[in-house]
Amino acid sequence: MKVLVAVKRVIDYNVKIRVKADQSGVETQNVKMSMNPFDEIAVEEGIRLKESGTADELIAVSVGPAQSQETIRTALAMGADRGILVETDVDVEPLGVAKCLHAIAEREKPDVIIVGKQAIDDDSSQTGQMLSALLGWSQGTFASKLSFSDDILNVTREVDGGLETIALKLPAVITTDLRLNEPRYASLPNIMKAKKKTIDRTTPADLGVDVTPRLTVISVVEPPKRKSGEIVENVSQLVDKLRNEAKVIQ
Amino acid sequence: MSTLVIAEHDNSELKPATLHAVTAAAQVGDVDVLVAGENCSGPTEAAARITGIRKVLRVDDPLYANGLAENLAPLVVSLAQDYSHIMAAATTGGKNVLPRVAALLDVAQISEITSIVSNDTFVRPVYAGNAMATVKSGDAIKVITVRTTGFDAAADDGGAAVIEDVAAGVDSGLSSFIGAELTRSERPELTSARIVISGGRGMQSGENFALLEDIADKLGAAVGASRAAVDAGFVPNDYQVGQTGKVVAPDLYVAVGISGAIQHLAGMKDSKVIVAINKDEEAPIFQVADYGLVADLFDAVPELSKELDG
Repeated sequence: MKVLVAVKRVIDYNVKIRVKADQSGVETQNVKMSMNPFDEIAVEEGIRLKESGTADELIAVSVGPAQSQETIRTALAMGADRGILVETDVDVEPLGVAKCLHAIAEREKPDVIIVGKQAIDDDSSQTGQMLSALLGWSQGTFASKLSFSDDILNVTREVDGGLETIALKLPAVITTDLRLNEPRYASLPNIMKAKKKTIDRTTPADLGVDVTPRLTVISVVEPPKRKSGEIVENVSQLVDKLRNEAKVIQ
Repeated sequence: MSTLVIAEHDNSELKPATLHAVTAAAQVGDVDVLVAGENCSGPTEAAARITGIRKVLRVDDPLYANGLAENLAPLVVSLAQDYSHIMAAATTGGKNVLPRVAALLDVAQISEITSIVSNDTFVRPVYAGNAMATVKSGDAIKVITVRTTGFDAAADDGGAAVIEDVAAGVDSGLSSFIGAELTRSERPELTSARIVISGGRGMQSGENFALLEDIADKLGAAVGASRAAVDAGFVPNDYQVGQTGKVVAPDLYVAVGISGAIQHLAGMKDSKVIVAINKDEEAPIFQVADYGLVADLFDAVPELSKELDG
């Protein structure tokens, strides 16, 4: 079985973001960038499918600027076999990313595509579902467990009320939730080995995909700040304040 | 302008999240509600009673019993040409199906809007709510998920919309429902509760959540948790409040033993009143709290329970 994972280069989750003064977006110059944490979970799941003998090849794809190569390299160091970079300087929206991945999937013919359930920069949570729609495949979103039997994939999903399990006909698109697995760190020997693995380069135009954004960003601003509160001395003062000042409890 | 709102329901009840999506939809024009399910007359009739609805489209067929996106998305697409906007609450149900609808329509989706500037311009949080983006859509049909905390619930009575039956589509044959393990609770739902009390890693175990449940029962509150508490296995995933869990904005949010990572704050910082109980006075949660109590939760929570009796 062939598995394809998509990885996005985003501002590292530990970085406190800064909104640009001209309100055009968020400062990304001289900011630490990393692989989207949900995509790390996707890569890890792909590696585990290889280790269990379910999969025999794992391909990592990224759509983004030239530096996204580093993100692919991280996936290769974790254990992916080869990479594909769809290079563009356009800030590609989920629909555009899904179209690029669709074109790659037509070429590579994977059995399963695993992507993060959302990217922690734009928090859209769309790409996997859109890709599944374009391919006409089944989808298992917010997955916390996968189990394969023949050409059926059972997916346990994290839903608002708890967990649900659905059976998907392969090929399928999976989006990862937090508890699917705990991603490994790449070891130094594997980081060295990853340098020899190949990354093919292409562009949206080569794939015949128009990634022109459909949404225009009018402004990006900081959210309103909460006014600072007070430290109370003890529990009875807290309850008194909640009853008589904030009036939120009886 | 008219909007089709995809109802969130479990075939017996209409979920309150739908009422918030209706409020958003009403800001752009006429509102129709789609109830697709199996034996779904309960939620259909509940939808017809919402104030301000033009009509309810009912599709009653086993194909839609469990909201499988592969069947539901083509149905929505087949109805889409009559509408300028398609909306659903940004629940796991809405987030599962609407991007599939958007892709089939070849339009962008605008995720988790918190306010509407005009018929084509919307505000949505990005970077875990650390920035607010205003975006304008150039697409003919706007496909939108609505963050429920951004819009009040529409009145769930007073309306008398007509109910129109719509024929079911065909089975995609791509997926099937196996089963669900849903958390049963007598307490209010996390996303619609007026008071929420959440525990973090500081709770130390799942058993200790009984301390919070005791308070919750006295206040009529829902119980939530930070990602750390869920990852540690203290409580199930559906308790999680945060960037990747549920977003809540109750009148009162009580954070117990929660340090206040950015990812958690993203899910609760729009609460009206925030209380933090933590023994580490440096914990970032105190920066967003209206009332902070620096104390060991294992002393403070039982004491709080006693105070509430008094």
